[in-house]
Amino acid sequence: MLVKDLVERFELEVAGGQNGLDREVTEGYCGDLLSEVMGNAPAGCVWMTVQGHQNIVAVAVLREMAAIVVSGGQNPDAETIQKADKEGIPILKWPDSSFRLAGQLFSAGVGIPEAG
Amino acid sequence: MLKLIKADLHIHSCLSPCSDWDMSPKKIVQRSVEQQLDLIAICDHNTAENVAATMREGDHQGIVVLPGMEICSREEVHMVTLFKNAEDAMEMQHFIYKHLSGNNQPEVFGHQVIADEHDQVLGENPRLLIGATGLSLMNIVKKTHDLGGISISSHVDRPSYSLIGQLGFIPEDLQLDAVEVSFRMPLEKARIEVPGIEDYPCITSSDAHFLHDIGKVWTEFMLGAPSLEELILALAGKNGRHIVN
Repeated sequence: MLVKDLVERFELEVAGGQNGLDREVTEGYCGDLLSEVMGNAPAGCVWMTVQGHQNIVAVAVLREMAAIVVSGGQNPDAETIQKADKEGIPILKWPDSSFRLAGQLFSAGVGIPEAG
Repeated sequence: MLKLIKADLHIHSCLSPCSDWDMSPKKIVQRSVEQQLDLIAICDHNTAENVAATMREGDHQGIVVLPGMEICSREEVHMVTLFKNAEDAMEMQHFIYKHLSGNNQPEVFGHQVIADEHDQVLGENPRLLIGATGLSLMNIVKKTHDLGGISISSHVDRPSYSLIGQLGFIPEDLQLDAVEVSFRMPLEKARIEVPGIEDYPCITSSDAHFLHDIGKVWTEFMLGAPSLEELILALAGKNGRHIVN
């Protein structure tokens, strides 16, 4: 599944990093402590977090993520969007909790190997 | 003439919900004098309502008290902010209160006691002081600097509510004046083990919530006088002022 497919299917708002919408999503991850996410998030994941600070983009690049979802109706900072555009990491917005989106992603086969 | 100043720049009073009832302005000053500190700062969570009383008591007992606040950003990072005078601290408090929501539940989080320098209770603060403000770190640092104050990233060696714990690393464009290491790690060790702090002035403070914790650790500065202006020079390493250890 590509990031743009997720955007369409779950009606996510693209706040930045438009140029990365063709990245492939193979996994999912949730976390708001960036020190923890930096060490554990899998490559190719869509990462759900309430943090909107610009450091999320650097963490996504480091872990070779597919996209970031800023959940809970939180807003990414202006600098975050600039960095996302530069790095080509899509920043998507979701009005509900990370739990709700993660459940739907899992049902759609994200993170389940046999679902490909 | 420059002299050695022993400073503990992060002390909570009884106004912080997690702090001990005994942390009154008068007792904090007494204990600080006993610990032979020359300079202390009162930094309650998201409030400065006990700083003026502590400063008056400091004058009375001959120790300099800086007005401060430990502000929680919307990223849930704690930041010690210090100001020149109580008026500046109150202006910062006004700004913080506009971006702080919720009411305290004393039975859950603890009492938030406003006290004067004579150990008289003046009231309780009803706000949810333990909460996070809606302000970004960048915004807090900018407002602090606009008011002539300084921003010190709290307990950077800790996993919780610290800049590195919450945000993974120190954002390069954040204009920090210093970083604070907790009593749990000696400064020398922190400079090697905590990633990214070697480029910042490092201090250590007690973050005391109980009287017996005041002066548990401290930082020595070479200053012309115990004041914020001199502290700013020392953190920048200017005019012979500096951090000794």
